[in-house]
Amino acid sequence: MKNIKILGTGCRNCQTTLNLVEEVARAQGVEIELEKVDQIQDIMRYRIMATPGVVIDGEVVHSGGVPDRKKVEGWFEKSA
Amino acid sequence: MNHRPAALPHRLAPWLVGLPVAAALWVLAYAHLIEVADLMIGLFGLSRTTHLGGALHFFLYDTPKVLLLLTGIVFLMGVIQTFFAPERTRALLAGRRLGVGNAMAASLGIVTPFCSCSAVPLFIGFVSAGVPLGITFSFLIAAPMINEVALALLLGLFGWKVALLYLGLGLAVAIVAGLIIGQLRMERHLEDWVRAIHAGETAAASGDDLTWPERLHAGLRHVREIVGRVWPYVLIGIGLGALIHGYVPEDFMAAFMGRDVWWAVPAAVVLGVPMYTNAAGIIPIVEALIGKGAALGTTLAFMMSVIALSAPEMLILRKVLKWPLIATFIGVVATGILLVGYVFNLVL
Repeated sequence: MKNIKILGTGCRNCQTTLNLVEEVARAQGVEIELEKVDQIQDIMRYRIMATPGVVIDGEVVHSGGVPDRKKVEGWFEKSA
Repeated sequence: MNHRPAALPHRLAPWLVGLPVAAALWVLAYAHLIEVADLMIGLFGLSRTTHLGGALHFFLYDTPKVLLLLTGIVFLMGVIQTFFAPERTRALLAGRRLGVGNAMAASLGIVTPFCSCSAVPLFIGFVSAGVPLGITFSFLIAAPMINEVALALLLGLFGWKVALLYLGLGLAVAIVAGLIIGQLRMERHLEDWVRAIHAGETAAASGDDLTWPERLHAGLRHVREIVGRVWPYVLIGIGLGALIHGYVPEDFMAAFMGRDVWWAVPAAVVLGVPMYTNAAGIIPIVEALIGKGAALGTTLAFMMSVIALSAPEMLILRKVLKWPLIATFIGVVATGILLVGYVFNLVL
């Protein structure tokens, strides 16, 4: 089970990213726990400079814009 | 490491063929806009001299023109932006002195990818890494104001001179406003939790290790994202512009947006603040108004105010800035825009 946090103050790109991650995880049959971090103080703890950001098991793997679908698929392949 | 699927973004060959072909098509289309518009008007059995014909011609000529320019410029910008991740821009700006730093920050504001929902993380990222407050503001003012959508529309509807003027004056406002805010030493008006953040290790700069196909692909994604989002506004804006163009009498706007009306510039700036539309919708309307006697300076002031001073963005920034700093920010930028408007009306 991977813990995934989507960092973003609630702009549309953040929602798109969340949906994308959820969809890809389901498509690849990976179990995830999805969390939304929308308080700016909390977001800044991860020291990203552009939202949306994606954190997997405590590690920032992406920031600034909706990630490529290929990139998202890459995150879930490793563990499989 | 997994083997990569032979996905499009990683191969150069398709680009070497596709890009020149696309460029050639683009130039061909751009060179024949008038003929096509004339032809279409003719098909409807209309003449450009009638109200309806004039309006329709405006629409049929300007819409493809603006969309072509928008696609081209947004693509180029998308590629350029892959070289300027926010992390790199910050590294370039950290520890700079006022002056040179402000000019750099304003210029980098044009090429660094920026969306207003990222204003806060970016702001904190800059300040906590030792980028002086005034320089950070130069960046924050220039980034939304001088964007590829505004430039493409200005270029398409007003020509390169006005586009360059907008670029130059936008930079000037951002640089000078940043300098002034820097001189005022307002660091204590940052929210306390912001000042408590100290820069540590940040996520590695993304974008350094990209290949050319990946950069070009990013340009394509940028087009899909930006043009995909703004094209309805372009259509609506040009549509309204076309109606104004065809039906509003000449010199109609001169009475209250002409250059002799002293209060027009401040009124335009004030009117622009609550409006949070993007450049795509506002510029075609503005262009049509100028044809009806509105002064260019007044109009430029209005555009800058709409784009640079928006109420929602102020609310976002309120999370990191205390009121005195926000008020100063608004005051300084608004004054700059006012000056731009008056100078324009006087000179042109």
